[in-house]
Amino acid sequence: MTEAADIMNIAIAIAFVTLVLGQILSMVRLVLGPTSGDRILALDTMVINALGLVVVLGISQGVQIYFEVSLLIAMLGFVSTVALARFILRGDIIE
Amino acid sequence: MTDQDFGTYAAALFLLIGSGFVFVGAVGLLKFNDPMTRVHAPTKVGTVGIGMLLLGSMVYSNSLGSTSIHELLIMAFLFVTAPISAHFIAKVNIHRRACETPPSPPRDETWSTLNSPEADQKNENLKVGQS
Repeated sequence: MTEAADIMNIAIAIAFVTLVLGQILSMVRLVLGPTSGDRILALDTMVINALGLVVVLGISQGVQIYFEVSLLIAMLGFVSTVALARFILRGDIIE
Repeated sequence: MTDQDFGTYAAALFLLIGSGFVFVGAVGLLKFNDPMTRVHAPTKVGTVGIGMLLLGSMVYSNSLGSTSIHELLIMAFLFVTAPISAHFIAKVNIHRRACETPPSPPRDETWSTLNSPEADQKNENLKVGQS
């Protein structure tokens, strides 16, 4: 194990810990959130943090497969955020 | 220092910067005390934080010898969609009057977010007339 690989492992561990912390903090906001805008925002942040977790998992295992997974998560997250906001704005998703 | 070592160090640096932005965004989402202010912090997670993580992934796979530029696709997608979703969430905040709404416009009665378009109003009238 060289020095560079050691530092990379530490950086990956730190990235995992911060992403999980961010996930927990936004979950607290999701539960507390006084308005529905806050809840949508917290869900959006959680989706983006999950995307980051998948990316870091791909780095740590050295595999390329997780690229498709993260792209799918990004698309689903965007569509679901817009659908939730649209539902509150218009009372309907597709008019 | 070989090229591979340099790439690994750069990837570790990108990972650290990205996770710093992710953490700052999450703390901002929790600590800010106004719904409109809270929209500001997590958009940085989406663009800079995840962008840096993806850049780190690209640099790392490049230093290992198997170049991949797929991550640019995710980055482009996130950069395009993050402002749109933030805009929608801001519109939700205005619609629910969760924030201090701007003063009423001089001519119209309300902002267009709070209004239903004329075509819909006609349809509603028709429905009411028919029933």
